[in-house]
This record gives sequence, structure tokens and C-alpha cells, in this order.
Amino acid sequence: MRAGWEANGGISARFLLRYPAFALDVDLALPGRGVTALFGHSGSGKTTLLRCIAGLERAPVGQLSVNGEVWQDGHRCLPTHRRPLGYVFQEASLFPHLSARRNIEYGRRRASDGLDAPALAHVVDLLGIGHLLDRRPDQLSGGERQRVAIARALAVKPRLLLMDEPLAALDLQRKQEILPYLERLHDALSIPILYVTHSPDEVARLADHIVVLEGGRALAQGALAETLARVDLPIRLGEDAGVVIEGVVEAEDPEWHLVRVAFPGGTLWTPAHGRRPGQRIRVRVLARDVSLTLRRQEDTSILNLMPGEVRELAGDTNPALMLARVRIGETDLIARLTRRSAAALDLAPGRAVWAQVKSVALVG
Amino acid sequence: MSHTDWLALVTTLELSAVTTLVLLLLGTPLAWWLARTSSRLAVAVEAVVALPLVLPPTVLGFYMLVALGPRGPIGGTLESLGLPHLAFTFTGLVIASTIYSLPFMVQPLKDAFAAVGARMTEVAATLRAGPWDRFFTVVVPLARRGFLTAITLTFAHTVGEFGVVLMVGGNIPGETRVLSIAIYDHAESMDYASAHLLSGGLLAASFLLLLTVYLVNRRYLLVHP
Repeated sequence: MRAGWEANGGISARFLLRYPAFALDVDLALPGRGVTALFGHSGSGKTTLLRCIAGLERAPVGQLSVNGEVWQDGHRCLPTHRRPLGYVFQEASLFPHLSARRNIEYGRRRASDGLDAPALAHVVDLLGIGHLLDRRPDQLSGGERQRVAIARALAVKPRLLLMDEPLAALDLQRKQEILPYLERLHDALSIPILYVTHSPDEVARLADHIVVLEGGRALAQGALAETLARVDLPIRLGEDAGVVIEGVVEAEDPEWHLVRVAFPGGTLWTPAHGRRPGQRIRVRVLARDVSLTLRRQEDTSILNLMPGEVRELAGDTNPALMLARVRIGETDLIARLTRRSAAALDLAPGRAVWAQVKSVALVG
Repeated sequence: MSHTDWLALVTTLELSAVTTLVLLLLGTPLAWWLARTSSRLAVAVEAVVALPLVLPPTVLGFYMLVALGPRGPIGGTLESLGLPHLAFTFTGLVIASTIYSLPFMVQPLKDAFAAVGARMTEVAATLRAGPWDRFFTVVVPLARRGFLTAITLTFAHTVGEFGVVLMVGGNIPGETRVLSIAIYDHAESMDYASAHLLSGGLLAASFLLLLTVYLVNRRYLLVHP
């Protein structure tokens, strides 16, 4: 996978920045396409990192290259307006004195290679803002303003899109309104997107890649599925450790309102109302919902039983518990079990097991 | 109105217009710096800018007279270069008025720039706008109420100045004799009719000017809460 980004250039970013009460110290290698979530609590440095990448914050020690272009190196540092990026700020940041259309045109006119008219029309359509273009920002709702801001950032035809918690200032309903548009963007854009968030739901729905930040340092970075499956450093997206699996709806069972999702190496049944065969969906499987047996259980209420192999075992925060990474085909699950169970089953890397998945949650 | 009174009116308007223009050019960068800097020096600069608000105009006028006159650091230098000194000249008056009206330009602009905030210029920078472009296409339109207030107050305040003009400018018709001096002369010579005419006119014009500014600003306020 790593070779893949390097062929594409990818993003390499190294920053060292000290404030009296905070220091950012990161060294990242990120893929040159797809969505990378910069995930962490407030104060973890994710917004500062994004601002360093945009050049809005000047890290005294820094090195940044984006798909082969050097943006910062030693004393050379491109000012923000010379970097081919798009930036979506956390709160409404539209120019209040300009209509939605003129907000979008502001950057497009200045960019040497902004989107051409048909491409812009496509973005406007993708974001569903065609009927809002002649309104002023104070005549738009929070969600509409943020969609216009996203269109404005895309209109400069950026080679890197930076999004700083674009949904954080919106209420739950507005978030649900805007997330499908972001998912469409994710599928439609070929440029890398760095997406700052502290929301597990947004990570699960949008990210391909994740950087977990804590106290100004990168705790973990890597492909989303692999990183979430790490048992040595369980990344909690929300209440519990667990993995996100992307797959395609393969069949539906209308009688029982279930769909079968095929993922690399297996299939899962899940209640997913209204999803049609061929649709790409993501599901979340939490460690606490996965149990392991040595033989295939009969007469069980659990629908999803999959053969796999234990790859790695690690202690959990609670001394009575352990986490096991189990390989199903090409996909990893993590299971939480007691140390006693692990001893009783004689679990060790390489051991063949059956994973029983009690609950699969559709993401989004 | 007598010919000399007309002349005084023209001189007043000229002085105010030139002073306002000069202050717009000098005060805008100063106000921008004050609104954005974190330098400790800014506090001292702000205090200096506000000095004309509290000093008696005659004090300011006295120092200006000394500085611009033939033996002063500025006037003396000019004379040694073979140029005329600036006391009792229109140019001297413009220099003195610029200092006298400085806070009326800088303070409203500084407040307006601070209200625009750093975020909007950052947004413009991410949309490929360079520093000058950002200033003229984002900051100026968003600070337009501050500009309107600053320009009006500076102009009106310069129209109303007396003490500084008396010290620096003297009373040369067509050169340094402004309305406030003309009114003083009329009152001194017991020509109350002329004094009434000029005073009443000045009062009404000033009121109408300020009323217009506040109405325009209020309208903007209602449109963009």
C-alpha cells in the first residue's frame, strides 16, 4: 500500500512548533489520494497541523511536500496564497458582503487553473446548491453555508483539500444533511483530502486513512482498517475499540430485512434497510461484539460465523481482558475476551478459530 | 455673505478635504498595524495617537508653530535648503490639521479592522488572494462603515478646528483664514449678523453630515446584522 502512495508522490509533512503551553511535533507520510482523517481530542494539535500545512501557521522547523511539490523546506516557505490548496474552515467563513455565487467566484477567478464552467456546474450540482447561488450568506442556513464554502474551496481546483471540522458547528440534523454530500465528494474527487475531526462517526464514514493525534504527536497513522485493527494500541472510535469494514451489498433478504455484504475475504449479514445490491457500504464491528470459538457453533442465534486465524494478542486496559486480532480472508477483526478464555482455548498467533459477530452496525 | 467669507469657506473645505485625504493614506496603514500587531510598542503609539483628543489645541498649535517656523527643526531645515518655512502657510496648516485630526481617522478604522478579524483574510489567502488583494477586496468592503465614520469625523473635525489654525496659520485671507477664524473676527467686531450666518450654516451642515452618516451606517447594520 505504501508503495502505491509513493508512486503518486503522497504527502510528507514534518513540523516542529512550540508554544508556551503546547508543542506540535509530527512526521507524517500520507497517501496522495483519498480521505485522511486527522483524529483527536480538542487540544491534540489537529487544527494546528492543518494550519501548518496551509501555511496559515509558520512552523519554524518544517518540511512539507505534496505529490512531489515542495511547499516548505528549511527557510523556503510558500505563502498560503501561492499553495494550490482548498481550505474549508470549521465555522461559516463565507464573505458576508458577497453572494454565494461571488463567494465561489472569488477564488476561481484568482486561481490560474480554476474549475471550468462545466466542472463547476458539476460541483454545484453535487453539493445541491444551484438554487442558493444568488443568496447572501445571511440568507443561508448553517448547512447551506458550509456546502457553499466547500464548493468555493473546490472551485480553485485544489491539489489538496483541507477540511477543519467542517461539520462541528452544525447540529445533528444539519450534519446528517451534509454527510451524504461529503461521501459523494469522496467518491468523485481524485485529490487527497485531509479531514480534521473528533467525531468517530465521520471517521468511520469518510476516512480511508487515519492519523491519531494526542498532545501534538501522532500516536498512530495508517490505513483506516489496519489502524483500527491494531491491538497493541487500540484506537477507540467512540465507546469501544472496533474495526470498520467496507464492502458491497451482494444480496438482500427482503423477508428478514437483511442484506449480505461482501468484503475482501468474507461476507456479513446485516440489517440495512433500503440498501440495494451493488451499493458500497461501510459497517462497524466492535471488539466487544466479537467472540471466538474453536469449532463452528451450531444452534446459535448469531448469524455471522466466519473462519479465521488469530494473528496477534495483546492486553487490554482491564487486566482480566485481552484483545485478539483475527484475520478473516484479507480483513482484520478485533475481539475482546477474558484472559481465562484465551488460556482455555489455548489461543496464540496462527491458531485457527471461528469468529462469531454478534452485532454489525451500518455506518451512515 | 461677503467675498472674504466665501474665501474662508473655500479655504476651510480645501483644508478639510486635503487633510482627510492625507489622513486616509497615513491613518489606514497605522490603524491596520494597531489592529493586528501584538507589539508592546502599540500601546505607546495608541496613546500618542489619542493625545490630540485631550490636549488643548493651542498647545498642539504652539509646538507646530515652533517646529514649522523659521527657527524650528522643520522650518529651519527647509530654509537652510533655500525653501520657505511653513508657518502661516496652507501647507503648514495641512500638517498641523493632520496631527490634530489623527485620532478621528485612526480610532474608527482600528475598531473596524479589529471587527473584521483575522479569519476573513485567512480565508482570502486560501483562495489565492495576495496581501494587497485581500486588503482591498475583503477588509475594505467589510470595514466600510468604519471608513465612512472615520472620513466624516476627520472632515468635520478639521472644519471645526480653531486653536491650531490660529497658532499655526494666522489669518491670511485665501490662504489660512478659515470659517472658525472668520466667525471669531465677526464676533470681535460686533458683526453678529455675519457671525450668526456662518455659525448657523456650520451647525446645520455638521448636523446634516453626521445624520447622513448615522443613517447610512444604521441601514448597513439592519441589512447585515
